[in-house]
Amino acid sequence: MSEITPERVAYLAQLARIALTPDEIETLTGELGAIVDAVATVQQVATPDVPATSHPIPLTGGMRPDVPGVTLTTEQALAGAPDHDGSRFRVTAILGEEQ
Amino acid sequence: MARAELMDFDTALELFEPVLGFEVHVELSTKTKMFSDAPNPAFSANEVTDANTAITPVCLGLPGSLPVVNEQAVRYSISLGLALGCQIAPMSRFARKNYFYPDLAKNYQISQYDEPIAFEGTLEVELEDGTLVQVPIERAHMEEDAGKLTHVGGSTGRIQGAESSLVDYNRAGVPLVEIVTKPIVGAEHRAPELARAYVSTIRDIVRALGISEARMERGNLRCDANVSLRPRGEQKLGIRTETKNVNSLRSVERAVRYEIQRQAAILAKGGTITQETRHWHEDTGTTSPGRPKSDADDYRYFPEPDLLPVVPSPALIDELRDALPEPPAARRRRLKEEWGFTDLEFRDVVNSGLLVEVADTVAAGASPQQARKWWTGEIARIANAQDAEPGSLISASDVAAVVELVESGALTDRLARQVVEGVIAGEGTPAEVVAARGLQVVSDDGALIAAVDAALAEQPDVLEKIRDGKVQAAGAVIGAVMKAMGGKADAARVRELVLERAQA
Amino acid sequence: MSAAANSADLTRATAADLAARLAAGEVSSVEVTQAHLDRIAAVDGDVHAFLHVNAAALETAAQVDADRAAGVALPELAGMPIAIKDVLCTLDMPSTSGSKILEGWVPPYDATVVARLRAARMIPLGKTNMDEFAMGSSTEHSAYGPTRNPWDLERIPGGSGGGSAAAVSAFEAPVALGSDTGGSIRQPAAVTGSVGVKPTYGAVSRYGAIALASSLDQVGPVSRSVLDAALVHDVIGGHDARDATSIPDAWPSMAEAARRGAQGDVLKGLRVGVVRELRGESGGFQAGVKQRFEETLDLLAGAGAEIVEVSAPNFEYAVAAYYLILPAEASSNLAKFDSVRFGLRVEVPGGTVEDVMAATREAGFGPEVKRRIILGTYALSAGYYDAYYGSAQKVRTLIQRDFAAAFEKADILVSPSAPTTAFRFGEKLADPLAMYLNDVTTIPANLAGVPGMGLPMGLAPEDSLPTGLQLMAPAREDARLYEAGAAIEALLETHWGGPLWAQVPALSGSASNGGAR
Repeated sequence: MSEITPERVAYLAQLARIALTPDEIETLTGELGAIVDAVATVQQVATPDVPATSHPIPLTGGMRPDVPGVTLTTEQALAGAPDHDGSRFRVTAILGEEQ
Repeated sequence: MARAELMDFDTALELFEPVLGFEVHVELSTKTKMFSDAPNPAFSANEVTDANTAITPVCLGLPGSLPVVNEQAVRYSISLGLALGCQIAPMSRFARKNYFYPDLAKNYQISQYDEPIAFEGTLEVELEDGTLVQVPIERAHMEEDAGKLTHVGGSTGRIQGAESSLVDYNRAGVPLVEIVTKPIVGAEHRAPELARAYVSTIRDIVRALGISEARMERGNLRCDANVSLRPRGEQKLGIRTETKNVNSLRSVERAVRYEIQRQAAILAKGGTITQETRHWHEDTGTTSPGRPKSDADDYRYFPEPDLLPVVPSPALIDELRDALPEPPAARRRRLKEEWGFTDLEFRDVVNSGLLVEVADTVAAGASPQQARKWWTGEIARIANAQDAEPGSLISASDVAAVVELVESGALTDRLARQVVEGVIAGEGTPAEVVAARGLQVVSDDGALIAAVDAALAEQPDVLEKIRDGKVQAAGAVIGAVMKAMGGKADAARVRELVLERAQA
Repeated sequence: MSAAANSADLTRATAADLAARLAAGEVSSVEVTQAHLDRIAAVDGDVHAFLHVNAAALETAAQVDADRAAGVALPELAGMPIAIKDVLCTLDMPSTSGSKILEGWVPPYDATVVARLRAARMIPLGKTNMDEFAMGSSTEHSAYGPTRNPWDLERIPGGSGGGSAAAVSAFEAPVALGSDTGGSIRQPAAVTGSVGVKPTYGAVSRYGAIALASSLDQVGPVSRSVLDAALVHDVIGGHDARDATSIPDAWPSMAEAARRGAQGDVLKGLRVGVVRELRGESGGFQAGVKQRFEETLDLLAGAGAEIVEVSAPNFEYAVAAYYLILPAEASSNLAKFDSVRFGLRVEVPGGTVEDVMAATREAGFGPEVKRRIILGTYALSAGYYDAYYGSAQKVRTLIQRDFAAAFEKADILVSPSAPTTAFRFGEKLADPLAMYLNDVTTIPANLAGVPGMGLPMGLAPEDSLPTGLQLMAPAREDARLYEAGAAIEALLETHWGGPLWAQVPALSGSASNGGAR
């Protein structure tokens, strides 16, 4: 069996900033348990002698020269923002009352 | 902890051995950002001022945007790694550090994790008395800076009690190199001094390399100081704190001293140190606990799939190694020789953290002694009064210009001090300040002769004495002339004229 | 409009044919664009391939016509309408990636591939539906409702790019753009009887493609013929300095390769490798799919191809590795949807910004997205990285080795594009694992970065629904796919007596459907 418990799902949801409902946590606990058991089969062949591949095509570099390009206008930057003060993005207070 | 509760520093050192560690962030002064071709605000010629103007879709982490590494930032990082005596990784990799925070546009920071570009180095640091300390460097890695938050509402503009926060992403993506030391043991009672000297040495290096403007007050150079104590005779390292927000050389020294005294007081009472981030408060000279970050222990690092491994060619590394400036200690030895300073004079400059400023001023044409005198004297005094770094107040070329004006006789020392004040107050270049404040020395002999004659006429008794050969009596007349000229006269010339006119 | 060109002619023509007629001045771009807009108006109520139709399409078409009339030299596909998957950023149209969290978001920039379409003077028709953030194989996970399969409106069009595949197979667009992370171009092509290509990883820029899994995503063409796909590939492909993973090499013309394949004798002596593990001998493959696949192999052998069986033993672990790598990368890529700079914000009275972020992501993401984010967060979290993500990266190495060994013996590899024909809505929704297994055939190519093409393989006898043939070539050998693909397409169409799409049933809303059989 996998280590997927409701507590772990709740912890992962907190890490991922998703306010899951208790029902969702319950459903996901079951689903993820089955999925994790299935995907854990990778461990059968992932022996220490096999190197990891993080990029499908072996390339290196891919850098750019230090030359300025076109920037967004402040209007463009803020156009999609849920809230702003005309030049900066506005977010709710970072700390709660109790802190 | 109130300062009264701290343990006395010497007692703390008798009981405990301090172990230091530093994480210094250097903002590179490339023209563009680390992963975007937006102008880099840490390159002051870009003149980035208004919020959210130096940004591209990449800086905002807009959906679909992709990072591309700035080649120059990699070159700068390699140079810095080499200057720190590090090995340069034949292949290094970027990784994502995942955590949510509103100033982090993508909610992950592109950094380097287990494959940094530079590792295993040693930096030679010179203490005030010339003692050399080898600081072991663990690694130097590349990463991007975050945006800036401004807290609104609440009384102090601080995060506590704020109603909302405003985010400016201009700084998001500024190239950083983070230099991490290994634990530094053996500094003992000189730990605070070493802390300052270490940061100062890094500042000198990055300036000499021309890879960062290294202005601490602007955040170009930021130091997190780790301090732990262990009881004498103990092998195991103690629990450490990490002090952030240390924005000047002076505060680095003070913060380390404070943490040693604070931790010693807790440990001596049988308490335990909490492993935490602490914030330095310049005003009170204390540290306080930072907000614990809930995700701090689980950053879920993984190789950044949008970027390729960095594989610098051996030829590039050799080229950058050959182009390295002199190591700071060697440079200091050379400059001391060239400038003809005594041990005391030279140490005075080094310990004031003004070596670069003096060297730049000499390079701008001033004599070494004059450069030293102005930086360690008048400018340091004003900087101290304003709690600022001297180098942030006035440029080396302006100081050289002032020296030049004094040496040509256009200014007296007293007038020159006023000119320096004016330049620091933002009134313009030395020439502009001289013109605007009307500070020129009166070099017109006609005006001086008239003033001398008038003064002699008012003091006939003095005139008699001078004529009798009692030359020292001239002082009273000279004083009167200087007063009449509003100080804008060369006293030596006035003296000559007084003696001359007395015999007329 | 010229007398010969009625609306149905224009919507059922291939892009290559339309391009020739546009270039010759036989039809105008306005006529071609209008015909497709009319078709969208007529049938998209049923199909729901589009999330947004470009209001400026006719205006853009008129500009192309004006330039052509003025004698301006124009690129080959100038004036050609094209549908764009909603995963791609467009300056003038919302780009939502099928998610509520991006509802109405209009990017301040064009994806590189979109900019290239515009530079080629193609006409963006609109944005096509998709599973939310490209997570799914059916478009049932779109926040805006599913797309229906033009072959059977009760069935899924595949996913995630069901909208682009349905648009092409319902004659709403001659060609379209898709994106393929684990089969999102090839599986929809299979179940809608169309052609779709996942290029070599790095052959087409990802800049402006809303990322699902950065090391797997690749943008590619969707069409009704191999040559049409090649024409679009030539427009969108090639190095892009804004994508560090873009391959800097020069590329041959894919269209030339396709033309060579359609006319020449390229099948003779071609070593066609059948991947034993994807032949359908183990469970999950529909009988009719296996039958059409074996028949196709026989046809190929008859045309002189050398059929060789190759083994790729580690493909067995591909789905498992994929469902670790993808969620891990996606969990990080989707962290930016936090209500600060763009998209949805759900206010939480008295809450902190952290509460607002969590509430926004709870409300803005659908169940499949949440499932994969949580799975990916788990795979990367402290203490589990080596066992899951690290192991999956090793499997990736093993799969690349399998491909390398297989390409020692074969010039191209073949398999069915999907194990089944289109399934009914809701059939696999309750069982995420069953849905994931639908990608078993397509995932290996993404893990290894090699190019893959899906093309029609005939209708399954048991349900008369399209099946797909997948071709795979070594990395950077995309031209080989187009050459062989065009040859196989010609062989099959000769065998069928015409293209498979000619058999698409008439849709109720379609006014003039003269060409349908």
